[in-house]
Amino acid sequence: MPKAAPAKTEYEAVIGLETHCQLNTETKIFSRESTKFDADNPNSNISPICLGYPGVLPVLNEKVLEYAVKACLAINCQVAPYSKFDRKQYFYPDLPKNYQISQFDLPIGEHGWLEIEIADKQNVEPVKKKIGITRLHMEEDAGKLNHGGSDRLDGSTYSLVDFNRAGVPLLEIVSEPDIRTGKEAAEYAQELRRIMLYLGISDGKMQEGSLRCDVNISVRPVGQKEFGTKVEIKNMNSFSAIQKAIDYEIERQIEAIENGEPIYQETRLWQEGSQRTKSMRMKEGSSDYRYFPEPDLPPIEVAKEQLEGWKAELPELPVAKRKRYQEEFGLSAYDTRILTDDRSLAEYFEVAISAGGDAKQVTNWLIGDIAAYLKNNNQTISDIALKPEILAELVGLIDKGTISGKIAKEILPDLLTKGGSAKALVEKKGLIQISDTVELEKIIDEVIAAHPDELAKFRAGKTKLRGFFVGQVMKKTGGRADPKLTNQLLGKKLQG
Amino acid sequence: MIDREQVRKVAHLARLDITAEEEEQFTTQLNSILDYFEQLSELDTDNVQPTTRAIETSNITRPDRLEPFPNKKDLIQSAPEPDGEYFRVPKIMASDES
Repeated sequence: MPKAAPAKTEYEAVIGLETHCQLNTETKIFSRESTKFDADNPNSNISPICLGYPGVLPVLNEKVLEYAVKACLAINCQVAPYSKFDRKQYFYPDLPKNYQISQFDLPIGEHGWLEIEIADKQNVEPVKKKIGITRLHMEEDAGKLNHGGSDRLDGSTYSLVDFNRAGVPLLEIVSEPDIRTGKEAAEYAQELRRIMLYLGISDGKMQEGSLRCDVNISVRPVGQKEFGTKVEIKNMNSFSAIQKAIDYEIERQIEAIENGEPIYQETRLWQEGSQRTKSMRMKEGSSDYRYFPEPDLPPIEVAKEQLEGWKAELPELPVAKRKRYQEEFGLSAYDTRILTDDRSLAEYFEVAISAGGDAKQVTNWLIGDIAAYLKNNNQTISDIALKPEILAELVGLIDKGTISGKIAKEILPDLLTKGGSAKALVEKKGLIQISDTVELEKIIDEVIAAHPDELAKFRAGKTKLRGFFVGQVMKKTGGRADPKLTNQLLGKKLQG
Repeated sequence: MIDREQVRKVAHLARLDITAEEEEQFTTQLNSILDYFEQLSELDTDNVQPTTRAIETSNITRPDRLEPFPNKKDLIQSAPEPDGEYFRVPKIMASDES
């Protein structure tokens, strides 16, 4: 009897993210040098402290602590009542002291989580998922190397070091291995970025490296408890690169397992050009950083009152806004996501609503015509002259029948670039909608009288010509005729 | 007690190239240092919290105010190999960035 073919093994990926987020403080974490990104002037923001001269004393920047605690609160981490800094030893020329001041066993925050939304289609309710956060800690960034005057290490005979970045404050946020797909990972990273931007503590620019994500990934047969061999991937500088690198790596690992090939514990680099990951180096067992407590920095004990004070300063966060917009304004999950993606857009929306604008209408303008204008002109919502109160006014004018939606679209560019009141503009330009029955009837009579042939054809059964007559009325009134009323009146008149 | 294998590992981590004689020498020396410190174990520390610093203080921070170091050129010039505005370092054998 022939044996049944074995069922194809199904695999799942186990993914965790390690995110480094540069804080936008004025000065470095332990010294009074500027944190400005200045590649044209190497070593212009250096001091004996960030170069690790003997005898110097690093002192913690109070803003770094404040930002770290606020970030902890925003991602539901428990803020440690007692936290400290440690020295992490490794040897590389971008690290002037031969150790990095970081946090090891007592990070400022632990046991957090954030909620992500996975939306496959516009009209489908997104799936929500909680991703655990293991820890959040503060540390200093390293310098930058130019290899033999170039970016490549291979073949260079020497390297040049720029320490402008050394000592720039970083938050490292480590997720639990709760992520299963490239899409989830990209969403998680985007939500983290959104939170940092809402808090106003980081620029979150992946291209410039102020937000960096490293991925740990392994695959295992569904149902298996043990993790597979973990591979680290680096060098993704966009959210789509994170997603693509992970999806590629999942395929690569499954294929290796199916072919009976080993998976090595290693670091792989994402290659944007070939859309593949490439092996960079083998990890020599577990790293030996020989952490020990940083003797120059006293421990941190965040007082309860201080913690409460910082908590009170937190803005409403994206996840809360998404929930509220759906519940309070009846907006769709899709609209809500777009509005809350950027804090200033969300705040613009909120001002327009409190000025009396209808939520759905305001949203349509914001994510439709206004979003298109911003995109085409490479602007943000803060750049336009149209005030949110005026958008509310504009929506109100349409609602009351003062102007048609078409007229509103026509005056929008003027409002966006020059600002001012929508009502005043409508009056000045004489664009008020003609909603007076007597006045409209007179115009319709004139239009019908001017087109006897079309009228005859219409009455002979060519009812499609109704659109022609509507068009003529609109042409004659410069688009000011009330479309609904025009249709209604025309209907009667055409029937004769 | 530490053995030669551990000495080799520590030397590698510190990027030190040591000879076989030095390995032997450092193993002996490091063990005698450890022996010396071993005297501390005579004390009963069961009820003593580990100490990481000599002064009991916490929460020392400074305002986020710019006060740049004035003599940056001097910092570059005192390096072994200044190269214009850069610090020059020898060829890096392997990428070890973390």
